[in-house]
Amino acid sequence: MALIHEFAVQGLQMLVVLLLAPALVGLVRKVKARLLRRRGADILQPYRDILRLVRKEVVLAENASWLFRATPYLIFAATWVAAALVPTFATNLMFSWSADLIAITALLASARFFLALAGMDVGTSFGGIGASREVMIASLAEPAMMMIVFTLALIAGSTQLSTIAAFMQSPMVGLRVSLGLALVALVIVAIAENARIPVDNPATHLELTMVHEAMVLEYSGRHLALIELTAALKLLLYVSLIACIFLPWGVVPPDASMAAQLVAAFAYLVKLALSGVCLALFETAIAKMRVFRVPEFLGAALMLGLLAALLRFVSGSL
Amino acid sequence: MPIVIWLWCVAALFLTSLVALATARSASARVLVYGICLAASVVAFSAALAQLLAGGSPAPAIVLPLGLPWVGAHFRVDALAAFFLAVVNLGGGVASLYALGYGRHEQAPHRVLPFYPAFLAAMNLVVLADDTYSFLLSWEFMSLVSWALVIAHHREAGNARAGYIYLIMASFGTLALLLALGLLAGADGGYAFGAIRAGHHSTLVAALVLVLVLLGAGSKAGLTPLHVWLPLAHPAAPSHVSALLSGVMTKVAVYGFIRIVFDLLGATGWWSSMAVLALAAATTFLGVLYALMQHDLKRLLAYHTVENIGIIFIGLGLALAFRANGMAAAAALALTAALFHVFNHSLFKSLLFFGAGAVLNATGERDMERLGGLIHRMPLASFAFLVGCVAISALPPLNGFVSEWLTFQAILLSPALPQWGLKILIPAVGAVLALSAALAAACFVKAFGVTFLGRPRSPAVTTAREADRFSLAAMLFLAVLCLLAGILPGPVIDLLAPLTQALVQGHMPAQASTSWLAIVPVSESRSSYDGLLVFVFITLSALLSAYAIHRLASRALRRAPAWDCGYPDASPLTQYSAASFAQPIRRVFGTVVFGAREKVEMPPPGSSAPAVLQVELHDPVWERLYAPVIGTVNAAAERLNHLQFLTIRRYLSLVFLALVLLLLVLALWL
Repeated sequence: MALIHEFAVQGLQMLVVLLLAPALVGLVRKVKARLLRRRGADILQPYRDILRLVRKEVVLAENASWLFRATPYLIFAATWVAAALVPTFATNLMFSWSADLIAITALLASARFFLALAGMDVGTSFGGIGASREVMIASLAEPAMMMIVFTLALIAGSTQLSTIAAFMQSPMVGLRVSLGLALVALVIVAIAENARIPVDNPATHLELTMVHEAMVLEYSGRHLALIELTAALKLLLYVSLIACIFLPWGVVPPDASMAAQLVAAFAYLVKLALSGVCLALFETAIAKMRVFRVPEFLGAALMLGLLAALLRFVSGSL
Repeated sequence: MPIVIWLWCVAALFLTSLVALATARSASARVLVYGICLAASVVAFSAALAQLLAGGSPAPAIVLPLGLPWVGAHFRVDALAAFFLAVVNLGGGVASLYALGYGRHEQAPHRVLPFYPAFLAAMNLVVLADDTYSFLLSWEFMSLVSWALVIAHHREAGNARAGYIYLIMASFGTLALLLALGLLAGADGGYAFGAIRAGHHSTLVAALVLVLVLLGAGSKAGLTPLHVWLPLAHPAAPSHVSALLSGVMTKVAVYGFIRIVFDLLGATGWWSSMAVLALAAATTFLGVLYALMQHDLKRLLAYHTVENIGIIFIGLGLALAFRANGMAAAAALALTAALFHVFNHSLFKSLLFFGAGAVLNATGERDMERLGGLIHRMPLASFAFLVGCVAISALPPLNGFVSEWLTFQAILLSPALPQWGLKILIPAVGAVLALSAALAAACFVKAFGVTFLGRPRSPAVTTAREADRFSLAAMLFLAVLCLLAGILPGPVIDLLAPLTQALVQGHMPAQASTSWLAIVPVSESRSSYDGLLVFVFITLSALLSAYAIHRLASRALRRAPAWDCGYPDASPLTQYSAASFAQPIRRVFGTVVFGAREKVEMPPPGSSAPAVLQVELHDPVWERLYAPVIGTVNAAAERLNHLQFLTIRRYLSLVFLALVLLLLVLALWL
């Protein structure tokens, strides 16, 4: 019975992240539009977009190989698995031990690896420019993420995300310099990984300013739907990650009572909405950077992460 | 396992070499030589695996009346040797299988066939040797035979120079090892490894030995700044030999380091790990950056060998640090990570070189700027190459990720180390490792994307055909092993337990008892990873989503020209090339490390001359370290040149003067 219950919670969580992800994107778009004094599309518009794309036929470039067709499914699966491993409203999920935070980071790296390859598959210069810039950004964002993982793992004594999340709720955490540095670094990494302003602009189709959109330019129909859904999932993943580590209030263990779980789910929704609004505010307030300013921006994240890890290495209390 | 099994294999290989010497030009020699090599490797591998499975207890040593009369040749196989015998013979066997097909295209079989079995035999002998004399002899023999293979195609541009630099560096390395083992054997001449192990070594001797071994084994493995020969020599050889050089011979060098530093030298101070870690981190970072700047597929792979050797040495350095502080479990974790990476790298690096060889055979090109679109012409070979790319980029669920994950776990145990130097160095090493992993992924997006994806950049590609059956069998076999080692790492870790027990007196928790075949480095509450579950989850989710979409929504598909922005019929040359792909990274890192500069010459308006973009890169290691040495040697040679043209009277007086000087020195000394 307990096993079935845990399975149910895990399954529910996987469904919840999948269903919530487009809403978060819709919310960000809506808030951004309102901030620009536009009315903006409905929050549910991303769902309609995905449904519309799924029903359309795929227009495939003549030169595209099997890799190009397989990639959307692969990256969707890798991102979905990674997203399912991040606690949303309940910790200690059934399979959370099967991959720790390092593995989650690496799963997202796998997804990016294949997406960058798909960008190069058709043999146009857009795909190449996107892939080339994407891996440059990743080459700095990934080590920064790893340094954040180091910091968190050394504070909580574990790289398991659910253990870290549970530890963050305990009174032993307190205010730490290293946590503050890690938070700033993690926000920068999250912005870069999700191709948000100021690193990349998800709304543009101007070739000189786009990275992610250039990579996926050749995709259409159901493939594009999956890629959009993957991007939304990734945004949700990073928001959940930041929430479960730095805003751990309300996350409950899976054996909690139904009422507690409902409260936790509500708290999670509030955190998501809050993060979405913050992201929209930030993106509206800042201008996009030139591509070669991005390494400096991400280098700052890497240095902050390294500093945080170093503090943890030399002192147990910082 | 009785040790004679391996010795018979070695003897059979040597005999094959002799036979090949006589028959190399005949058509059937290829099948005969590679067939025997394959059989001998399979036998030796099975024996090594059987010994590892039996718990790795050492087989009784054998002393043969060979070599120096009062020493003899000692041979012994303990757990460490058994593991490396398994790695060497697995690599050797698969390379022989590949060569059964690949060797058909060999232009000069008489330059390859006689040396190939001898090379395999020499690598086995290095691992089998149990005294300094036979160890060094086998080591030098291995260097010389591999040199002969490197210059097999000596008429091609650059290969003669590669062979020359390799020969110098190999002699230098053997010299350093000779001195190191001489110091260990001491003035009394305890040449057998057993006698050295039992002896006690002072701190000064230990420090000197460590430096010398880093120079000797490090130059063979490719540690920066001794790596300069490696990216020249490894690509110069025929591809199956390149795979052996990169995938296997560098592992024999790692074996030499482990044997001497962990086994013979005994306990070392924590400072030793500082030196190893600093060198390893520099090697990892420089290796991958050099690789990113390459357009030659095989040279790119060779530079990645440098990077991976750095990763292995990071694990070894961590193991030294933990061992010096008596943290046996952590040392076992770090050592297991390093050895696991040894195994993994031998798999995927061989696979990648086989792939490069298949491309070379099919198109005659190694330059990525002239390739592209091969995924359509060589579907199976490109699939196997893709698996190798994912594995070497340390991406789950393949094997490269597991060993890097273990290394990260070892790094996370290091705040418990008491020394401040290590506490500050190790996080930096961790950052370098993470950075290199990300850069490696970038590099393999480039390698696979430019070579196999996109549209053909030269006519050579349009006539390319799929690789032959033997090559494909070897590549797919390695690809399957990469996946298996990635999703079932537990058994490999358990096989390594007796080895770490012997070397650092500790072992990782038994992985066979964990639930769902996960691996647990320290304890389950701390960290665990389950490659199998991750693989199953990804596969299931991918299949589920594909099924749901195809079943419930649309499966319609239409082929159409790619989006061309209104400029139809763009030439394949407008694609992103390897150089343009690496440009952002070159701009971020290359300007600092390589002093990279770009010069753009735009023709004036109205002129029809093409615009020129020139990239200038400086190799910091070569220009700062090697060029001055070479300059000094050349200047001295220039100065001393006129000594060759003296009269007989002058020579006689020089001889006389030298004699007087030597006698004087002798008189003063005694």
